[in-house]
Amino acid sequence: MVTNITNLGRSGLSDWLIQRVSAVVLALYALFVVAYLLFHPNLDYATWSGLFAQTWMRIFSLLAFISMAAHAWVGLWTVSTDYLKHTGVRFGFQAVVILAIFVFLVWGVQVLWGA
Amino acid sequence: MIQLLKTTALNGHDPFGLRECLRAVNSKRPVNLDLSTIHFPLPALTSIAHRITGVILFVGLIFGFWALDASLSSPEGFESVRSALAHNVLVKLIAWGLLSALGFHFVAGIKHLLMDTGYGVDLEGGNRKAQITVVISAVLVVLAGVWVW
Repeated sequence: MVTNITNLGRSGLSDWLIQRVSAVVLALYALFVVAYLLFHPNLDYATWSGLFAQTWMRIFSLLAFISMAAHAWVGLWTVSTDYLKHTGVRFGFQAVVILAIFVFLVWGVQVLWGA
Repeated sequence: MIQLLKTTALNGHDPFGLRECLRAVNSKRPVNLDLSTIHFPLPALTSIAHRITGVILFVGLIFGFWALDASLSSPEGFESVRSALAHNVLVKLIAWGLLSALGFHFVAGIKHLLMDTGYGVDLEGGNRKAQITVVISAVLVVLAGVWVW
């Protein structure tokens, strides 16, 4: 069996499942946000910040951000291992991606519970 | 030496399959080096587009988080995001591009989930689902443009 030390679940089957579960979460979140914006054409700050003050919306958002982190890593890992054949280049790319994902996660938490 | 191997191979003793190799190398098979006449089947194009839109969406997260952060930070921040989306052409183009990428990635992802259930996993089904993916996402791209403008 080929083992890989950089993919998320350490097994292709695990990555496969993570990618699909996170995809469903992200699809629901995208649908919700797009529908919310469509149904509130004259959205103001009070309504918008009121939505994100709700506990369920913060949970939903954090779930989506974590799903984004997993989904992006599995996807970009797959793309990078397919196209970047030079180990150093691929490792550098993956390091940048991990750093970016980490920044997005911390940024997201700060936006949800921030100052 | 090589000539000897060739001769013996052609004369019957061919332990390394050399005769087959010689035949392949020397044959006058048609060779197509005109890349403009070679094209990927539609499912291959939607597959690579799924990957490209995924990378675009990842980069686009910068704009998404920036907009979310600013819009929730203060009434002034909310107003700056709203007016940028309402008046700034570059911001509109970015929003349209990201919504379009999201639309395609979403539809192609649904197609993936359908295929995981074993639905339409054959040549005909693959082509038809790729066509449906292109049509639906084209509609979404237009609708996203209408929404932004």
